[in-house]
Amino acid sequence: MGETSLFAALGAVIRRDLLLAMRRKSDVLTTLFFFIIVVSLFPLGIGPEMAMLRQIAPGVLWVAALLATMLSLNRLFAADHADGTLEQMALSAVPLGVLVTGKVIAHWLLSGLPLALLAPVLGLQFDLATGSLGVLVVSLLIGTPVLSLIGAVGAALTLGVRGGGVLVSLLVLPLYVPVLIFGAGAVEADLTGLGATAHLSLLAAFLALAAFFGPWATTVALRIALE
Amino acid sequence: MGNNGGFENRFGMNTRLINWFGYASPATFYPLAGKMIPWFWALAALFGIAGLYVGFFVAPTDAQQGEGYRIIFIHVPASWMSMFIYLVMAFWAALGLGFNTRLSGMMATSLAPTGALMAFLSLWTGALWGKPMWGAWWVWDARLTSELILFFLYIGFIALQSAIDDPRRADKAGAVLALVGVVNIPIIYFSVKWWNTLHQGASVSLTRSPSMAQTMLWGMLLMALAFWMYAIAVSLTRVRAIILERERHAGWVEELEEVAT
Repeated sequence: MGETSLFAALGAVIRRDLLLAMRRKSDVLTTLFFFIIVVSLFPLGIGPEMAMLRQIAPGVLWVAALLATMLSLNRLFAADHADGTLEQMALSAVPLGVLVTGKVIAHWLLSGLPLALLAPVLGLQFDLATGSLGVLVVSLLIGTPVLSLIGAVGAALTLGVRGGGVLVSLLVLPLYVPVLIFGAGAVEADLTGLGATAHLSLLAAFLALAAFFGPWATTVALRIALE
Repeated sequence: MGNNGGFENRFGMNTRLINWFGYASPATFYPLAGKMIPWFWALAALFGIAGLYVGFFVAPTDAQQGEGYRIIFIHVPASWMSMFIYLVMAFWAALGLGFNTRLSGMMATSLAPTGALMAFLSLWTGALWGKPMWGAWWVWDARLTSELILFFLYIGFIALQSAIDDPRRADKAGAVLALVGVVNIPIIYFSVKWWNTLHQGASVSLTRSPSMAQTMLWGMLLMALAFWMYAIAVSLTRVRAIILERERHAGWVEELEEVAT
């Protein structure tokens, strides 16, 4: 199997998942609106003082992004598992890890990327400065792929399991903690004038680790689920 | 041959190396675990009594923290064990995935509740210690927080395994989760360096001499040994129960004295 055909397979999986999502736009949009609604609820619960909102903005936006990503995890493998596509993928000549990577990339393009692009608009509601908005977008752009990669492991482990939806949150949310700390920490560091480089570098290190181990662990978990 | 031959045979077996993989079978491990459990209970009691004696009667009163510090004789061993048990669990999980041995998965399953208990105990005693020392039951300090995350990881492991009906799949899925979660253990250890917060730095370290009195350290180490032996005894008892449950259709289980009666 040549290198080009691996990339062709990767591209095909991404294209297919994006096409499927475009045919059923509501799935993608629901996640996005969930993100918007959760973020908008916080000022209502806490009060409209701008100083306070500025302070909690990074944490609120990041927690909402975490929850939104988590909610969209079940569409990663569930539909393909139900109609047998996943078994065909596991049987195909292309390594399952490559196909899994493609699916995770597609998942990020449909959940993490829109969240990152939407976040500055919501950040404005929290009176974040322009520079901090930039850091927020960058931190989300680096951090959300990690969420998709780790989430894929959880989604694969709970495939076809009783109460999978709630269970996946129990498995995945504790593992999201480092990303949350350094993602929200980057924006906070920028707000307090410390500079966000250290936090962003650590986030990028998490991404490198997750990109290496994530698809591998997901593949193992999928094979267990398909046994 | 008769008796003589049998004796020679047994003698020959003694000189041979122990076949470790032989004990990977539930049928051979079940009686072995049964024989080991009383010993570990005895060791746990012995170390526990010695540790509590040192902790309560020998160790001096702390200059700054008064008598309240004595909770570390429970708190620190529980925290150590909660982290150590997760590593052991991940070790058995990896072994189970690698060698496809059923017993390894059962071992990991039997360790999880004890690990969760230790993590909970560590958090609980930490809160009891924190109230007089810091004036708060809970602070969002790095080590407290990562211990809490460790507790969540145990709960996730137990929840995942109990949600899957097929025990073989439960073992393997749990193994993958345990190995993914093991990434959390170094984060716990290095969190003290990563986030500089309220919690005092680690008072026991391998590189420099401990900053506490020798007797305090001895009490803590004895208690840690007691907790360790307890954890082994309890998880061996639990693994025996798991073996009986899963192998209930096997012939050797029906021949057991405790099952037959």
